[in-house]
Amino acid sequence: MDAAAKSKLIKGSTGDWEIVIGMEVHAQVTSQAKLFSGASTAFGGEPNAHVSLIDAAMPGMLPVINEECVAQAVRTGLGLKAQINLRSVFDRKNYFYPDLPQGYQISQYKSPVVGEGEVVVDLPEETIRVGIERLHLEQDAGKSLHDRHPTMSFVDLNRSGVALMEIVSKPDLRSPEDAKAYVMKLRSILRYLGTCDGDMEKGNLRADVNVSVRKPGAPLGTRCEIKNVNSIRFIGQAIEHEARRQIEIIEDGGAIEQETRLFDPVRGETRSMRSKEEAHDYRYFPDPDLLPLELAPEFVEALRTSLPELPDEKKHRFVADYALSGYDADVLVAERESAEFFEAVVCGGASRRDAKTAANWVINELFGRLNKEGREIGASPVGAEQLGIILDLLAEGTISGKIAKDVFEIVWNEGGDPRAIVEARGLKQVTDTGEIERAVDAIIAANPDKAEQAKTKPAVVGWFVGQVIKSSGGKANPQAVNTLLRQKLGV
Amino acid sequence: MTELTDLTIAQARDLLRNRKISAAELAEAHVAAVEGARALNAFVEETPQSARAMAKAADARLANGTAGPLEGIPLGVKDLFCTRDVRTTAASRILENFVPTYESTVTSNLWRDGAVMLGKLNNDEFAMGSSNETSFFGPVVSPWRRKGSNQDIVPGGSSGGSAAAVAARLCLGATGTDTGGSIRQPAAYSGIVGIKPTYGRCSRWGIVAFASSLDQAGPFARTVTDAAILLRSMAGHDPKDTTSVDRAVPDYEAAVGRSIKGMKVGIPKEYRVDGMGADVEALWQRGADWLKESGAEIVAVSLPHTRYALPAYYIVAPAEASSNLARYDGVRYGLREPGRDVIDMYEHTRAAGFGKEVRRRIMIGTYVLSAGYYDAYYLRAQKVRTLIKRDFEQCFAQGVAAILTPTTPSAAFAVGEKSSADPVEMYLNDVFTVTVNMAGLPGLSVPGGLDASGLPLGLQLIGQPFEEETLFALASVIERAAGAFTPEPWWSASGQA
Repeated sequence: MDAAAKSKLIKGSTGDWEIVIGMEVHAQVTSQAKLFSGASTAFGGEPNAHVSLIDAAMPGMLPVINEECVAQAVRTGLGLKAQINLRSVFDRKNYFYPDLPQGYQISQYKSPVVGEGEVVVDLPEETIRVGIERLHLEQDAGKSLHDRHPTMSFVDLNRSGVALMEIVSKPDLRSPEDAKAYVMKLRSILRYLGTCDGDMEKGNLRADVNVSVRKPGAPLGTRCEIKNVNSIRFIGQAIEHEARRQIEIIEDGGAIEQETRLFDPVRGETRSMRSKEEAHDYRYFPDPDLLPLELAPEFVEALRTSLPELPDEKKHRFVADYALSGYDADVLVAERESAEFFEAVVCGGASRRDAKTAANWVINELFGRLNKEGREIGASPVGAEQLGIILDLLAEGTISGKIAKDVFEIVWNEGGDPRAIVEARGLKQVTDTGEIERAVDAIIAANPDKAEQAKTKPAVVGWFVGQVIKSSGGKANPQAVNTLLRQKLGV
Repeated sequence: MTELTDLTIAQARDLLRNRKISAAELAEAHVAAVEGARALNAFVEETPQSARAMAKAADARLANGTAGPLEGIPLGVKDLFCTRDVRTTAASRILENFVPTYESTVTSNLWRDGAVMLGKLNNDEFAMGSSNETSFFGPVVSPWRRKGSNQDIVPGGSSGGSAAAVAARLCLGATGTDTGGSIRQPAAYSGIVGIKPTYGRCSRWGIVAFASSLDQAGPFARTVTDAAILLRSMAGHDPKDTTSVDRAVPDYEAAVGRSIKGMKVGIPKEYRVDGMGADVEALWQRGADWLKESGAEIVAVSLPHTRYALPAYYIVAPAEASSNLARYDGVRYGLREPGRDVIDMYEHTRAAGFGKEVRRRIMIGTYVLSAGYYDAYYLRAQKVRTLIKRDFEQCFAQGVAAILTPTTPSAAFAVGEKSSADPVEMYLNDVFTVTVNMAGLPGLSVPGGLDASGLPLGLQLIGQPFEEETLFALASVIERAAGAFTPEPWWSASGQA
């Protein structure tokens, strides 16, 4: 066991335990219409405003597959480097629930549209490869509302029939951090592909988490499934709590019972939902209303050639072409928009700008500022072109680094062309040695004791540099100030 | 001139086009016939007002030269077809007050072509039955009686109302659905023509589903030509039903009377079952002789998996039904019986809403799909289904154009006669018809004669996929040889006879 794996073990009273985690991520397919009906998938809207006769399971209604949803599933499969099954089958999963109008969910049980694939997850200490078992298409259910009437429940079918992709991983995850990083990476890939918006707050991406524990090297333990966890943070908390709960039971001489559990975010714990005995018998069988889904190889190939560049490839390119560090590249490619912004800064000028400087500015200044205000990059008040001009001014020596930050701030608050701002507000760096010399002389004259110190302690020169620049209102060229000071102070 | 209600569709069509009769008077004659035949319990909903309105519109189109192929033809609709603003019940209490906001594709096609709706026809509840005795609205009584008997006879099922109404001259034709024989068996019992086309020929959209992989709509009529005319309007591709097939609809009427010279017709030895009546056996032979006399070549064929068809059918059909009927849960429409909680409400609703036979089939279907039983029952039945299909394919591969069998092992039985018996005895009615649904093939029943007691018997023709034309050509030969069969109108107060 390597160091990274070792660090993930949890200590129990009888020794170390390893957590084994597999995930079933439910991702809502980005599409105009539902999986088997023409009704809208728009979020919100009055209850039951987006319901067709099919979604309400009226007598005699038949499902018709929405080809765009199929294309989205195939794109996702290709993005996960997975096998695309040219023949797949829709099955009925039968159970009664008021928000399930047909009395069955149309899903893919035995023959999913996408087979085995892989997601590469970069963690600070290591890179893990998470196997994808399968991806299948299925219908979402409606929503039961229990708080609108004293004795009745209301049913909203707006979501009923919306297409979901269930993406099932192999049990390749070993810690809450692994699991969180996996979901974030998966989310990033889906967003790049445009097949799911990944909005966890709206429930458009949610996970069922399978957790078991074992002594390192031992066979797999009995797992519990935690249903419907809807934030990355909760996924981490749920696994943490569930693993400790299981270890405690086993160390107390008990055994884990296979069951379905729910995560309570308020109390930060999981609790039993139903045991194996109470598990439904879903009576799966092929849906006779739908023919098997047959895909033409050309259809898949056309989708393959139209795939966008995905985070992994983009990262490799950023490292290779722009000489960025792996870390910087990771940060930039996590969101397609960030990566595009960065590239627009680097490549948007007359000549290619310095990539490392651009990366620093995007990651530190821009992201820092965006995070502070809770904004998305798409809503950044400073555009890539504006930031690019600031970097040009900096590179030309027209402004100093400090002034550059000021200009960034002005553009953030007021907008405008950075070059015009620098011109209009007199922020140009002073390189006129006469003017700098006057300032240097004045500062040395005002601080004779420090000037004396500088002869033995060169660090004091730095203090003088700061003072001179400050007196120039930040406009004095630090290089010129430094050279002059060293001459005058005789160091 | 004959009674308006005695006309065939072809005759009525010509008279209407030549303005010899009006759609209004034709509709009126049928509205009166329907009202006069309530003793048969064939209709669960009469729609005289819409019949009159549709007839009036038909007359206008006949006058201005925009008449469709079925302009002014009065029809009945099995109550399994959803009809906009007209109650659609599937003859079940659970849908007793259900009024659809939409029209099934098949009935839309009929109205598009100018047909006039007289009302909705009784059937076995959710099409589950072979005698029309499982209807929540009570059994349909056949217009036929045994010679010298007043005993009520069943019209067959599940499309019993359709068969009875067409045989009793309450409408010129009717729609039916056939999952295991529900068009062909009642057609045979009632002395009329019925065809279940190839699976995928007619859209299933808007038809209350029984078993999706077997259900298929088709027409009832008194002549082969009329059945051909109706099927042409009913059939066609429907993007709303992905199992419907995108294939041009031929002019079936043109196939009627077409030569059958040199056509190979197979006689399957496995259909010679125990308990088959001597009348039926003799009729089967007679049918073969008629075809031979017209130039067909009669060959013995083997369909070795026939004996497994019925048990396999009674696994596949209930399995699909158990899932298809899950939507009747009291939540959104239909009957709701209150309960303590939602599970209790489901149980009360479904116990009160479904009749005994429907409940039985839901239970069978649920059982055969259950974990641990699925492989032994459902999967196995599907394998049998593949073998049955292959039997037919091998037969057709030898150049056989169609297969001739009796439609049923015997003539109709009396109302109540089999209702207390072992349900399997009832299921045996379907022994010759279910194989056709299992294989998705077209099957037609044409009257062949009467049995010793005076009740009609039918002959079944089974064809290759989408070769309905062959069936119409062969059936018209039998029809010419056998003649037509008309029941005495004992039910009519005015005593039209």
